[in-house]
Amino acid sequence: MRSSFSDQFTNFSFVFPALLIFSIFFIYPFFYTFILSFQSYDLISQPKFVGLANFREVIVGDKDWWPSVYNGAFITFWALTFQNILAFMLALGVDKVIRGNKFYRVVFFILPVLSEIIIGLLMKQLLSSEPVGRGVLNQWLHQLNLGGMACNWLGVERVRLVTALVHCWKGFGWAFVIFLAGLQTIPEQLYEAARIDGAGLWQCFRKITLPLLMPVIALILVLTILGTMQAFAMILALTGGAGGLTEVPVMRVYNHLRGNFAGLACAEGVVLGIILVAVSFTMFFISKKIKEKYGVLPS
Amino acid sequence: MYYQAKKVIILIFLHTFLLSVALSCILPFVWMVNVSFKGQAEFDSDYGLKVATQLNWKNYKTVLVEEKFWRYFFNSIFYTSITVFLIVLISSLAAYSFSRLHFPGKNVIFFMFLTAMMIPLPAGFVPVYVLLNKLHLVNRTGYVLAMTNMGLSLSIYLLKTFFDQLPRDLEDAARIDGCNKLQIWWNVGLPLVAPAIAVVTIFNALNVWNEFVFASLLFTESNLMPLQVGLMEFSSKMVTQHTLIMAALTITALPIVLLYLKMQKQFVKGLTAGAIVG
Amino acid sequence: MVKSKIFNFTLSFCILHFAFCILSLGGCTSKKPQEKKITIWHWMSDRKDAFEVLAGKYKEQTGMDVEFKLFFPPDIYSQKVIAAARAGNLPEIFGILGEKKTVGSFVNAGHTLNLNTYMQENNSRWMKAFYPQTLEVVIFREGNSYGVSQGIYGVPIDTTVMQFVYNRSLFEKAGFPPDSPPVTFDEFLHYAKVIKEKSGVDGFVCGWGEGWLLNCLASEWAINLMGEDKFLNTIEGKVPYTDKQWIEVFSLFLKLKDAGILASNIATMTNKEAEDAFSKEKAAFSFNGSWAVNVYKQLAPQLDYAFFSLPQAGKYPLKVWGGAGSSFMVNAKSQKADGAVKFLKWLTLREQQKFLIKETNNLPAIKDCQEDFPPILKNLVNSLNVLTHPNVWPQNEDSRVIEVINRGLQKIVMGLKSPHEVASEIQEVKERISSR
Repeated sequence: MRSSFSDQFTNFSFVFPALLIFSIFFIYPFFYTFILSFQSYDLISQPKFVGLANFREVIVGDKDWWPSVYNGAFITFWALTFQNILAFMLALGVDKVIRGNKFYRVVFFILPVLSEIIIGLLMKQLLSSEPVGRGVLNQWLHQLNLGGMACNWLGVERVRLVTALVHCWKGFGWAFVIFLAGLQTIPEQLYEAARIDGAGLWQCFRKITLPLLMPVIALILVLTILGTMQAFAMILALTGGAGGLTEVPVMRVYNHLRGNFAGLACAEGVVLGIILVAVSFTMFFISKKIKEKYGVLPS
Repeated sequence: MYYQAKKVIILIFLHTFLLSVALSCILPFVWMVNVSFKGQAEFDSDYGLKVATQLNWKNYKTVLVEEKFWRYFFNSIFYTSITVFLIVLISSLAAYSFSRLHFPGKNVIFFMFLTAMMIPLPAGFVPVYVLLNKLHLVNRTGYVLAMTNMGLSLSIYLLKTFFDQLPRDLEDAARIDGCNKLQIWWNVGLPLVAPAIAVVTIFNALNVWNEFVFASLLFTESNLMPLQVGLMEFSSKMVTQHTLIMAALTITALPIVLLYLKMQKQFVKGLTAGAIVG
Repeated sequence: MVKSKIFNFTLSFCILHFAFCILSLGGCTSKKPQEKKITIWHWMSDRKDAFEVLAGKYKEQTGMDVEFKLFFPPDIYSQKVIAAARAGNLPEIFGILGEKKTVGSFVNAGHTLNLNTYMQENNSRWMKAFYPQTLEVVIFREGNSYGVSQGIYGVPIDTTVMQFVYNRSLFEKAGFPPDSPPVTFDEFLHYAKVIKEKSGVDGFVCGWGEGWLLNCLASEWAINLMGEDKFLNTIEGKVPYTDKQWIEVFSLFLKLKDAGILASNIATMTNKEAEDAFSKEKAAFSFNGSWAVNVYKQLAPQLDYAFFSLPQAGKYPLKVWGGAGSSFMVNAKSQKADGAVKFLKWLTLREQQKFLIKETNNLPAIKDCQEDFPPILKNLVNSLNVLTHPNVWPQNEDSRVIEVINRGLQKIVMGLKSPHEVASEIQEVKERISSR
């Protein structure tokens, strides 16, 4: 291997454009976040150093911050359970049903491909109860003789749940595809061998599918948490926050930046980032424990 | 016989389940397209639940021409193609170097790119916005650069793993023929990783086309805005003109859906690529 | 081999160069060299055509080119202005959207021209032409809390007032005389309830998803209940928000909710949606700015409605939230500042203001045109004498406190919090912020 200086320089220059953009738009902003979070900066005047005031404001002062984290966690809870279980069941179904396999996969994956804004605005139109007490979905329910189910979908009582469900609706296709990919890596012979040994469907599922799919499940759980806690464009388009009922953390960050509270926004981002890192590390260790328990194939 | 019947029942049950979920995915969009062909009066009376009797393009004309939606559309195409071009160029160069060439600090730098993908940065847009503002790089340039950065890490990672799997014979042959490194990258490396480049392209194109946060923060001129922001502005301006909003939504969704139907494989790979990394 | 090495070097240089090129592309977005004309940036999409006509007239009269540039929506506009201020390429004339604090920052950074000398020449003729409350918005008094040196820093071009509106045809249907709207809060509740029963429409609709509408209304009621002095004392921190009378103010919103007259989802509605609902006769009452005349005219030309004053809940004199709807500032760093001031002077002459009233249904900034008001605005003449606005108060409430007030009111209206809880939350935030 030749390794003269000019050679190494040439080799490095291949990486240089990437590194330059990366330093300016990732490394520098990464550290700048921490600096900004100790400042009060309105984007016009000079930034002022304020110590921990921003963090105090976020953690103890702001009455709307922890509720917004709760809202995020609420939506995440539904995404973790409802969205992923639905996706898992669909993947199991499609994995077994050979015919129509491609059709279902194509259809389910359309939603993740479309933008959050499209989904949010479309569902807003469908669910809104304008004119009073009617609206498209309600009208449709009436036509199906299900008029009893009609209600104010985006009203105070259910807006949070409806938002969570719309989020799940948009996201399940993504989890479905990953689950399906995971399922299809399980060799068919394993099932056949188990069947010859007299194992039923449930036993096959418990002894083969579940343990072999554990890594995929753990992955999906972590990604769901990270993704959902940081989701916001769809919610912005759907409800705009609904007076705090569906306001999620990133929406607060965004709105504070818009309101020229850059320092406060950064502090909020740092707090949320730390929460997320903590949660994903916990998840990582739990999944490791589970892997240790189920990791070995039952022979 | 009993076994057969049981199987059929299970199949019917499964298909009903799958079909009903599939319908829930499709119906809202069918409704969306249907409404986009109706007049506001017609919509007020039937809520778009009846099939439009004729293809009335008036809404599309209003949205595209009178409301200048075509601008957003072309802006989006412009930003998406430039960004994807930059990402593919820069990341394939870097990935090639990471995979094949040597220089001090290579591993450290590659590790940095990797970590960038792992750390959740929920407020990452704040410092970038402040920075771009300070540099007076708002609007086009700032947006393209910020988006390029967003796609860089994953693309480099994907391309590097792909390069790693390739045999080196061809490159050695090219080197003996007197090609320099850049020529090898261009003539030998890139054609070989074409499948991975397709995935990278789709993944990033989708990302840029659907991106909202940066676009809504960075653009100060409404005739430079891309589709997603334009759509938000449009819907808040036309809040009660449901049929026009539906036409605008259809326009925004259509290119992606068509492209998706044509290239599902790359889409699925592209969108799940992020997951596979972990 | 040597050749190839040189080639390598050249290429790597090219790559580096290419990277720098991308970064320096930013230079392309900067402004072209200034031309011989006055450029004005604004956000008033409804006045776009009228402005252009006026620009044409001005050119005819003086030979000076004036170009109006519209940036819409307002959000985008204010970002644009802030970015331009930092980059030092503001146009000759621009408007500043936002609180007085923002205007103060612009002045302190040397972007806006002090118009004192222009306003005061010829025995302050220009200054005296304006409604005092309208002009007050752009005045910084001696010793103001923003640290801005005394002066007049802008030219208002119209006046906006916030008022209640009612639907006259719905009044008639319910058997109320269409010319006598409710005067007290209890009457208001009664009217709304009866109309809701008889016509099945909502009693009251408003864009309360946008907090500022709640804020206007709460401030007006607060001034009515406790008097302006006590209200201002609260802002200065001498009276707590947990005061009995403040809780009374917040309770008014609870009463509105409990009476069942509010439109569903009112707490998340945008003003646009509310305007649409009112114009489609889906509600009997609404609370909106005087610009609504123009909006309703576009949405439903036949709509039969009228303005009326705040339904009184207390004994103190009413104040009407209002002031300069839009003002223009002159770029202090521009070489054509003199010409820009001349144009603004021309724009606020009676003839041009009359033209703007006629074309856009906005209230004028100057006193001299009251007989030119269209009938629908005639009711508002009295309001013009009792205007109030945060920009004319000696001190403004901190924007974080305002956010909490608005949030709290939304929660009361949604039935999630009681007035007492909201009051103590506001007070807590207020104390924490003032303790800094």
